[in-house]
Amino acid sequence: MKTLTRRDFGVAMAATILLPATAARADDMEVHIDNFVFQPAELTVKVGTTVTWTNRDDIPHTVVSAGKFRSKTLDTDDKFSFTFTNAGDYKYFCSLHPHMTGMIKVE
Amino acid sequence: MSGHDHGEDGVSRRKVLECMTWAGTGVLWTITGGVPRSLGIIDSAQAATAAAPGMTFLQISDSHVGFDKPANPNALGTLEEAVAKINAMPTKPSFMIHTGDITHLSKAAEFDNADRIISQSKLDVHYVPGEHDFLDEDVKFYRERYGRGTKGAGWYSFDAGGVHFIGLVNVVDLKAGGLGNLGAEQLAWLEDDLRGKSKSTPIVLFAHIPLWTVYPEWGWGTEDGGRALEYVKGFGSVTVLNGHIHQVMQKVEGNVTFHTARSTAFPQPAPGTAPSPGPMKVEDARLRAMLGVASVNFKQNEQRLAIIDTPLQG
Repeated sequence: MKTLTRRDFGVAMAATILLPATAARADDMEVHIDNFVFQPAELTVKVGTTVTWTNRDDIPHTVVSAGKFRSKTLDTDDKFSFTFTNAGDYKYFCSLHPHMTGMIKVE
Repeated sequence: MSGHDHGEDGVSRRKVLECMTWAGTGVLWTITGGVPRSLGIIDSAQAATAAAPGMTFLQISDSHVGFDKPANPNALGTLEEAVAKINAMPTKPSFMIHTGDITHLSKAAEFDNADRIISQSKLDVHYVPGEHDFLDEDVKFYRERYGRGTKGAGWYSFDAGGVHFIGLVNVVDLKAGGLGNLGAEQLAWLEDDLRGKSKSTPIVLFAHIPLWTVYPEWGWGTEDGGRALEYVKGFGSVTVLNGHIHQVMQKVEGNVTFHTARSTAFPQPAPGTAPSPGPMKVEDARLRAMLGVASVNFKQNEQRLAIIDTPLQG
């Protein structure tokens, strides 16, 4: 079972800004970066969901899905949010530590 | 395979490389006829160094200026200590190489601070970038400061003391699920750079991420590093100097000696001994034993080739 932390106020604000006005509001989701691992590594969400990544390592990371989204460099405790408006499988990785990979399945 | 004209004494004319890694804790190497043996004692290292004239250069790595987490709240301070140690060396080195991660987050102030400290060594410094040096939005700070006269993302070569030095970049265009990456353009340049070089020319390859596979589970290796090593296969003496893993690791394969340097900022765990390769917090008293720099000495016209690691404190 995946354990998902409830979104915080900042994430809710980001989602408000990023969501297209027409998109149905879905539950927002979080991915944590701990010990050079995206957790959960695979996440299934509904169209319209905003996913927020939080870097909890002492080393910067990025979240990059080729042609889809690319975060700035996330230092410790920095966050990156992306709202998925189309169904599909979004593979992503850390461009600094490419052995770190993850996937968001949007249905 | 260009041996016939000048190959009769190719091996005996091989120049001598001695390398002393001068760092937080000491390992000491001697290589005889391309085969290293560990001497292991600091006193021996110092004796060997004192007895070794010829060209000496330094390797410094992974300064991570700007890092302020518990593993070392003052990375600038330990860089300063390393430079003070360099300045106290009895023999002034000819120059220094820096194998990347000069800064932690590629901020202009971090580059400025690093330069302010490193320049106190009053040595020419040949840099290659680490992944932490390309994090600014426009990816321009490293290139503006250190990219002049380099190719592509910052690779280049130069000659010093009869040795051919090649600085490579393996921290750009990394592929999902992969390791460090040199890329086709850089490999083609490398092949061309080595063309026509006498096989008795000692070669030093230096890059940030290890060019050999240290521990792929943590990304410690270079996807196409083997291609680069094929190009240097025929040379009598090849030394590969890397950083990135913040600890000394050594390996010899044929005529190729691989060596990684300590960081001046924080240690990282030995492969597989921790949940991740992130900064390793050690007792304050032990920190300086795990940080350091390296000193490398070349002697010409001798067969003996030696690599020595020595601690800064410990």
